Order: sequence, then structure tokens, then C-alpha cells
Amino acid sequence: MSVLGVQTHAWPVRLAHWSMALAILIMVGSGWRIYNAEPILPFRFPLAVTLGGDVEAALARHGDPGVATAIAWHFAGMWLLIAAFLLFVIYGVVSGHFRRDFFPVGPRAFLHDFTAALHFRLEHRLGEYNTVQKVFYWGVLAAIIVIIVSGLAIWKPVQTYPLEVLFGGFQGARIVHFLAMIVIVGFLVIHLALVALVPSTLVAMITGRSGSPAPRNGGRP
Amino acid sequence: MPRTQQDLALPRRELLGGGLTLGALTLLTGCDVSDGDAVQGALARVSAWNDAVQASLFNPERLAPTFPESMANKDFRYNAWYGPEQAPRLEPADYRLLLSGKIADKRPWTVEALHALPQVTQITRHICVEGWSMIGKWTGTPLRTFLERIGADTTARYVGFECADGYYEGLDMPTALHPQTLMAFRLHDALLPHRHGFPFKLRIPTKLGFKNPKFVTTIYVTDKQPRGYWTDRGYNWFSGL
Repeated sequence: MSVLGVQTHAWPVRLAHWSMALAILIMVGSGWRIYNAEPILPFRFPLAVTLGGDVEAALARHGDPGVATAIAWHFAGMWLLIAAFLLFVIYGVVSGHFRRDFFPVGPRAFLHDFTAALHFRLEHRLGEYNTVQKVFYWGVLAAIIVIIVSGLAIWKPVQTYPLEVLFGGFQGARIVHFLAMIVIVGFLVIHLALVALVPSTLVAMITGRSGSPAPRNGGRP
Repeated sequence: MPRTQQDLALPRRELLGGGLTLGALTLLTGCDVSDGDAVQGALARVSAWNDAVQASLFNPERLAPTFPESMANKDFRYNAWYGPEQAPRLEPADYRLLLSGKIADKRPWTVEALHALPQVTQITRHICVEGWSMIGKWTGTPLRTFLERIGADTTARYVGFECADGYYEGLDMPTALHPQTLMAFRLHDALLPHRHGFPFKLRIPTKLGFKNPKFVTTIYVTDKQPRGYWTDRGYNWFSGL
């Protein structure tokens, strides 16, 4: 993605992106169903947006309100998420994708781009990420690390002890896991809204390339 | 950036792709996907693979964290698919613990004989598959001590349990032999209340709560993986912590 005006994504990036997208949908949907069994806040997620199958069917089949299936989904999605995340990070480091496209992220550039974004004046140029985008990508990557590590502390609190202490104990790890989910879902909402605004980015993430080389001035008005 | 004709042509394909993705999303969250036999079968296979992963992650030397007595909850949470008043009330005079499978001495045990076994006290945390956790003070006999006493074949792969309320569970042998796996006779220094499984429950701080059977009436040793009440209802078999 060195030519301005052209967005390219190598196949490992696309494979990792869509695998992570699927894994996150599976894990968020099933996670909400699991959350509903023992909420940590005074609300439950609407059943329709959770993953774990039809409650009546599960009750008839298992005598269980679909939490078992949600957990099965969650611990299947886990492997896909870890595999995809590792592919994304290892490829990003080795290929120079992170260095080229996710850096630099200076505070001054961020403030400039963030202010512009708030005024809906931030331009999306294919082939180059603005600083707000870069910070968003780093943020969601960090949130995925936090959700994996806090999830490990919840899944294996004995074998990984004292990992949970990092999160303020087992119940603290559940809260951190929940907060990381909020960050990821928040990212997802903004990410999808921006894709809807600049749909050619979706083409690049599917086919590997979109746009056309920009004039020498980079297409700036 | 000025849009060229080519740029304008692309969004149609994208919209199509977006539509398909949305369709996949709807499918994913709908009932059909989770409830199909193919999906249930695939999830069961992943769950079996997760059993193997967890068995290899389990370190028989590693102890679950223990806590100061001040952190132990005196009013330990009751949890079952029926109410506490419906919990079986076993009569100490009539109760017999039956033994079967790969065990040398299969004579039944009375409550009195069980209570005469050497006992230890530990303050450990119970973690429920649903997410809640509670610390309790448990006193009882390490299952390992009991298995050795009855001449169980500890090279067998599993130990199974049948319970007075129709519950059934099983443990992998490494967990059964773990030093913190107790036949718990007492909770907070008092005789185990009926609702918590009198005369004893298995207290296994390296397993999720549902792997801790109450009112145990039969213990058996086997090479065939015992079924579990909740495992038969779709939960993961190993469920180690």
C-alpha cells in the first residue's frame, strides 16, 4: 500500500482480518449469552442478539437454556481468534505492514486529525491511514490482547495463577474481559460506519486492491 | 479524491458483498445455526479437543490458591436445578457408600467409617461455569487417600460418581489424585448441610463447580470416560480451572 490512492491488502492480512471478524462475532454473541447467565451489571443482552441457539430448543434438547452451546461456541471461536490474531501480528511485523502503515503515531498528528475528524473534515485517502485510524487500529489490537489474557485468567484461574491478580482477582478479570469487549464492539461500530462512508476500502479487504493511483499532489484539493 | 468511473462501478460489488456479510451475520445469530445437528456435532468435536488441551495444561503439582479464613463465605451459595428444600436428606444410619469398578476392596462404607478417615482443612474458591465464585472452608479426606485405602487401580483413567439426586459426574485420574481433591464432610467446621451434599461432596478446586458432585452414593474406577450430568447437556467434560 505504497501508492497513494490505491488500497492494497496482502492475502495474509485479508485472511486474518476476516477470520478475526468471524471469531469476534462468534465470541461476542456467545459471550453475551454467557454473560446473561450471571450478569455483572443490572442488565441482560436481548436474547436475539446472542449466540447459543433457541432457548426452547436447548431446554427440550438438554434441559439447559442454551448456555452450554454458547460456551461451546465461545471456546471454539477462541482458537480461530488466537490463530487469526497471531497471523495478523506476525505477518504485520515480519512484512513491515505495521511499520509502514501503522506508524508514526505522534500526539500532535493525532490531535490534528482527531479535531478534523470531529468536524467531519478528515479526509480518507486510500493507501494511507490518518493518525486517528492508526490509533484506532493499535487500540483494537491492544483490546484483543487484553481480552485474550483476561479470558485466559478466567478460563484457567488455577493453572495461570497469579495471572488474575493483574486484573484484581477472578471477578476483576471478568470485568476487564467485559470492558475489553465494549472497546472491541465500539471499534466495530465505528469501523463499519467508516466502511459505509468509504466503501472502496471494503473492496480492497475482499479483493486485495481498490482505487486508482492519485495525481502527484496526492489528490488534495 | 475525485471519483473516476471505475470508482463508481466498484461500490455495487461492495454492496453485494456487504449484503452477503449481513446475511451471514443474521444466520449466525439465528436459531438455525446453533441448533443444527451438524453444528452441535462440530461444537462437540471442538469440546473434545478442548478436553485434550486442558488435560495437557493440567499440572498435577500445581495447587489452587488458598485464602485466609476471613475471606471464606459462611453462608455458602446453594446451586442446583432444584430448590434446596428438595435436596435429598440421607439418613446417616442407612447410608452406604458403594464401590465398584477397578477397586480391590469393594465393601460399602458407613458415614461413621468415612468420618474416621484422616482429614484436612482447606479454604478454596468454588468457581461456577456461569461466572460467580465463592470461597469456602472445607474439611475432609483427600480422595487420593481414600482411593489408596480401598485399593483402587490408580493407573486406570477415570473415577466416576453417582449421587442420591440422580446426578452423575466423573474425573480424570490426575485430578482425582490431586492433593486438594477432597471428599468434604464439613463446611465451615459444621457437618455438611443436606443441601450441600451430606454426607459428603467432592470438593475439587481445580474444576468448575458442576464437577463437584454432592450426596455421593457410588464411587467407581474405570478406563471408560464417565458421563456427566451437565456434560450430557452440552457442557465441556474436562472443565478444569
